[in-house]
Amino acid sequence: MNEQELIEKIAYNVIQGRVVAEDEGFDEGLEGEPAVTELMEQAVEQNIDAKKLVVECLTGSMEDVGEKYDKGIYLIPDMLASAECVGAAMDILGPRLAKAGIETKGRFILATVAGDLHDIGKNIVGIMLKGAGFEVIDLGNDVPADRIVEETRKNNAQFVGLSALLTTTMREMEKVVKSLQNVGIRDKVRVLIGGAPTSDKFAEQIGADAYCRDAFHAVDVLRKMNI
Amino acid sequence: MSELFREGTIVKPYERLSQEQILRLHKASLSILNDPGIWCYNERAAKLFGDHGAKVWEEIEQGKTLWRVQLPAGLVEEAVEKAPSRFFLGARNPKNRLLLDSQIPRIYFGTGSETNTWIETAMEQFVSTGRQDVVIQAPRFTELRGNTELLGRAAQLCENLENLDFFIRPVNIQDPDVTEDNHDVNKFFTSLNNITKHVQAGLTRLDRLDDVVRMAKIIAGGKKALRKNPIISFIACVFKSPLQFVKDTADKVFAIVEAGLPLVISSSPQGGSSAPVQEAGMVAQINAEILAGITFTQLIREGAPVLYGSVPVRARMDDLHDFYGCPEFNQYNIDCAQMARFYKVPCYSTAGVGDAKVPGMQALFEKLFTHLYVAMSGAQYIHYAFGLLDRTNSFCPVQAVLDDEQIGKIKHCLRMPKVSQTDVDDAGKMIARVMASSHRLFARHARKAIHAGDVSKPYRFESRGMSDRVIEQAVNRLAEIESRPAPHLSVDVLDKVYDEIPGLLPRLRHEQSI
Repeated sequence: MNEQELIEKIAYNVIQGRVVAEDEGFDEGLEGEPAVTELMEQAVEQNIDAKKLVVECLTGSMEDVGEKYDKGIYLIPDMLASAECVGAAMDILGPRLAKAGIETKGRFILATVAGDLHDIGKNIVGIMLKGAGFEVIDLGNDVPADRIVEETRKNNAQFVGLSALLTTTMREMEKVVKSLQNVGIRDKVRVLIGGAPTSDKFAEQIGADAYCRDAFHAVDVLRKMNI
Repeated sequence: MSELFREGTIVKPYERLSQEQILRLHKASLSILNDPGIWCYNERAAKLFGDHGAKVWEEIEQGKTLWRVQLPAGLVEEAVEKAPSRFFLGARNPKNRLLLDSQIPRIYFGTGSETNTWIETAMEQFVSTGRQDVVIQAPRFTELRGNTELLGRAAQLCENLENLDFFIRPVNIQDPDVTEDNHDVNKFFTSLNNITKHVQAGLTRLDRLDDVVRMAKIIAGGKKALRKNPIISFIACVFKSPLQFVKDTADKVFAIVEAGLPLVISSSPQGGSSAPVQEAGMVAQINAEILAGITFTQLIREGAPVLYGSVPVRARMDDLHDFYGCPEFNQYNIDCAQMARFYKVPCYSTAGVGDAKVPGMQALFEKLFTHLYVAMSGAQYIHYAFGLLDRTNSFCPVQAVLDDEQIGKIKHCLRMPKVSQTDVDDAGKMIARVMASSHRLFARHARKAIHAGDVSKPYRFESRGMSDRVIEQAVNRLAEIESRPAPHLSVDVLDKVYDEIPGLLPRLRHEQSI
């Protein structure tokens, strides 16, 4: 397969949401065919420029997927499948991009706050952010404020994403914001919050930068921040 | 063509009656048919029964001659056994044929009732008297008298309702130029010219049966083609409950069976007035009436395709009108579906009727209550299911659109479980893969099921805000469906139909070409 054919095939498979060969796509009859992981590994072997792969295989494809979702052709599982493809591709390309001095859109610390075990929404946000070109460090659930702050500082993260599903745990978010202030890094990070009981008003009350009603909104909010 | 038919939904039947109870009811029905027997008002039918071993004698009742007929159990059992267990109902589009197999609980839903009133719905804006800035949308309903134009609209709509499997005209034609004489040909023509699914109806005039059958032959492509693909069939309510065999309907049954077309032998006793309200009595009586009707068809012609037409209803105790959306209705109908299965005759049943006069919460309750339970019974052919309101007195196309969505959900709900060894193995692999990922999300792996149609969609008319917009959205959907072209017959077929069938209104063709 020549370079152009390979690029087109990867882009097609991102739109089809096929991470590995055994995945089915949106169209019929793709199971068993090489998917994003196998094709991207081949592209790396063929020494195709990493930046070119990002621009031509991933960025445009995700825009196509977004359009299909907006038109109701794709549903959330289709969107997530494509985002996972981008995440898998970025895992393969990461070291080469770093070597070439190409940076991601930023480093994101993601966590469900202390006392809260709900992480489905947070995980979806993680997949979407990775698909949108961010580096994601997911700390999991029930994470105390101190640890979130420590990981943010240690990793020089530019973003903190906090999730809570319970009215009893949402107040932990305020603790994280205050702790970031206390250690003097609040102005270096953007804090995004989300989860069923939270709102724009609550984000404002606790001093967060934005409230995101879902994973797709989170990507939109970041886009509007010109990131 | 022999392999083509609508998929329907094969369900695992919910059964109220034990085998012992079925046998008990069977014996009770045979005992009723033997003594007191039936009151037959048709001499030819009485003679036919008598020729085959029934005890028949003449009586005069209120100045009218009738024949008392006592049917021996053996005669009934032998005749019912000759009724086919499995047959097709045809359709203009062969993909729309229906496979009725008494031993396979494959359910189909269709319309019914031949109402006189059509209910048109329009959304209007209303301003609060207290606050001028508060404006709401609400439906306004107008009653129209049924006519050929509305019947054509109903057929075109039903062509496009994906969960509707067959068409019994839901609105009567009462145009000034429709007479008793031309009623049959115009109702069948208007239906067949606007839908490619199976068309079924009652017959108004026996002497127009030949014209109706000739029309069906032309549309189906000849005599042989109509036999193979019976695009029309008939309903005959040969019993006036309790146990009275009707003169003119019996004559129609003779003619329809002799013409070789499928027929529903339907009975609709009302528990509390024309039948016992108690479950055992109601089912024993309706079963006796249907068995006598089926026996009659098989004595006319062995192997005549016939449906076990059970429409048992209950009387309201405040006004003695039919009462459809109630628990007893479901009990009676589920029992009848079991009896039909016992006799190996496909079951024509009923669901989706209620007392509500307009679409709304009451209609939804009454319809869902019976749509779901009767579907669970596994009755093969469920009529009255779309658009009926005010019991069986009016048809509302917006309600039909709502019913289509509801029936779609019920069909999905009652699908057979997919739990094969492959399904279980695939699930195990999927769980292992997801647990090995960082996010532990199954969403991506839902795609296969979504694409296979195994994952149901949200309610089509759901509202996201604080106001209920179900009817408004159904009105919009109806408008969209009605903007699609009707599947009219080809010009060649129309020419032939108009050349050969007397009584067709020329304007029906003219209106089509405009």
